[in-house]
Amino acid sequence: MNWFDHLIILPILVPLVTAACLIPVDARNQMLKGVIGFCSTVLVFVIGIALMQAAATPDEGQSGAMVYLLGNWPAPFGITLVLDRLSALMLVLTSLLALATQVFSMARWHRAGYHFHSLFQFMLAGLNGAFLTGDLFNLFVFFEMMLAASYGLLLHGSGPLRVKAGVHYVAINLAASSLFLIGVSLIYGATGTLNMADLALRISTMGPESRMLMETGAALLGIAFLVKAGMWPLGFWLPATYSAATPPVAAIFAILTKVGIYIILRLSLLLFGPDAGTSMGFGQPLLLYGGLLTIGFGTVGVLASQAMGRLAGYCVLVSSGTLMAAIGLGNGAIIGGALYYLVSSTLTICAFFLLIELVERARDAGADVLAVTMEAYGDLDENEEEREEGEAVPGTMAVLGLCFCICALLLSGLPPLSGFLAKFAMLHGLFNPGDLGGQEPVSGAEWTYVGLLILSGLSAMIALNRVGIRTFWTSIEGTIPRVFLIEITPVLVLLSACLFLSFQAGPAMRYMDATAKALADPQNYIGRVTTAPRAGSQGGQ
Amino acid sequence: MELVLSAGIGVLTASGVWLLFRPRTYQVIIGLSLLSYAVNLFIFGMGRLRVDAPPVLEPGGTGGLLTHADPIPQALVLTAIVIGFAMTALFLVILLASRGFTGTDHVDGRE
Repeated sequence: MNWFDHLIILPILVPLVTAACLIPVDARNQMLKGVIGFCSTVLVFVIGIALMQAAATPDEGQSGAMVYLLGNWPAPFGITLVLDRLSALMLVLTSLLALATQVFSMARWHRAGYHFHSLFQFMLAGLNGAFLTGDLFNLFVFFEMMLAASYGLLLHGSGPLRVKAGVHYVAINLAASSLFLIGVSLIYGATGTLNMADLALRISTMGPESRMLMETGAALLGIAFLVKAGMWPLGFWLPATYSAATPPVAAIFAILTKVGIYIILRLSLLLFGPDAGTSMGFGQPLLLYGGLLTIGFGTVGVLASQAMGRLAGYCVLVSSGTLMAAIGLGNGAIIGGALYYLVSSTLTICAFFLLIELVERARDAGADVLAVTMEAYGDLDENEEEREEGEAVPGTMAVLGLCFCICALLLSGLPPLSGFLAKFAMLHGLFNPGDLGGQEPVSGAEWTYVGLLILSGLSAMIALNRVGIRTFWTSIEGTIPRVFLIEITPVLVLLSACLFLSFQAGPAMRYMDATAKALADPQNYIGRVTTAPRAGSQGGQ
Repeated sequence: MELVLSAGIGVLTASGVWLLFRPRTYQVIIGLSLLSYAVNLFIFGMGRLRVDAPPVLEPGGTGGLLTHADPIPQALVLTAIVIGFAMTALFLVILLASRGFTGTDHVDGRE
């Protein structure tokens, strides 16, 4: 075991230690805290890139999952961390979003309450842990860690609106956590293991009685994640919560729904793949129809919402609905495109949440949003102006307008940017399944999916056009918002990441397709985990 | 014993769910607490019910499921209790903040 193998644990440890170190730092030193937190996130980002490269490099003829045995117990007994292409991708995506939102928050928002940066780092540790863990119970622990930090972050800035949204958010998530625990314990009771790879092995040889129990457990587990991902009847809390949160928090929350999607994707392909016997494809119809309904609900919501924050919240719903339905179609060829869509849409939505706040500063119509801010700050706002660092950006409206246009193109999936490429890749996979999917003709549900995908893009375009015209062209007050370089840079970075994805679509799609192939054939993952050698057993660290 | 445990879990869950759907924040938090008790008992039950079976090995002895209880659900339940307790405390603070802001204990902040 060389030093490189130990890199896997660092995306969890670094934010955890940083968060703990930040707590005793004096609250008046927010900038120092921010810089330390930023450095830690940069470190995690670099580690994430290194791990992504390692996961993508073929070793011994095939690119495989890297396994890290915590406590050095062999796989089904101890705690395992597993890194494969998918988890490496999620790690890099998370730290990229975290970098952008952290920089954004340093302009003013991190002063709206205490311990912003500590909570932020705790959430990153939880997120990275959830992406890396190889067993269900640690998934619960990391998930709770992420949620606990997200409660704190949602309430950051306080105010009646946020507290009200917080009550609903916390109550729903606590109830969902109970379902999560029931699901995990049912699965343990039926199979006797919590390790995902071991579970996948045991499912193929289960008797009918315990199989039914296991499926019940998996269904309950799935509901807990679908609540997080915002599937139609379970996702009414989402737009209200996201629009009530402070902008940098709402922006990083864009990745939280994707945690639900990630786990559903991982578990449904790992546990209910072709080797699962009669459980093969378990829950797929529910995911498909739930996803379709979610896209429909999100589309209507996008058209109906007046405030931009709510509009962005419904965009989150459309994005997760699209991904859920893509997983539910059970067509391996679509997954590569869906992963590309996941990355592109998460980056876009994050940028959009940040951009909204900058744009709405100018609008009197957004007075309700400002009112919340004023309430939260009290009289702080007047002193705030003098304390803000950095210079205002020249030609503010032009820059904001350009960013808004790019966001609109990405969200509605118009060419030439990555939003279009992602949808195109999914549709291409749908109509040309190749060796990964079935050979049946395109079914009614698939046609509905195609229709909704295009319709949701249209509705996003209409809604964003309306908002854009109201904000940039017919703005009566003509006030120009004061925007600082430190605030516009994160938006530009996120949008240029999307541009990078568009121009480098070839290599990116190759990575995603290889990821989809690895997910469709979990034997490599299972083999790596169950035969992972203990450190020291080969002589030497 | 099985009947008592399952009836206990059932009653706790039913009352918890009922309280969860009530409009007062106090009822909601009590509902969530009852629900988490039920879940903890349920996890415990998933290790199968055993009397007089220790979950840990004695020094030098060998263990088996004939003489020992399954230790994993007990470890899980411990973690779940700790996390559930922390979350309930956090939720209580939020409810108090909500009461302070709105002057009512309705979950929507208005009657």
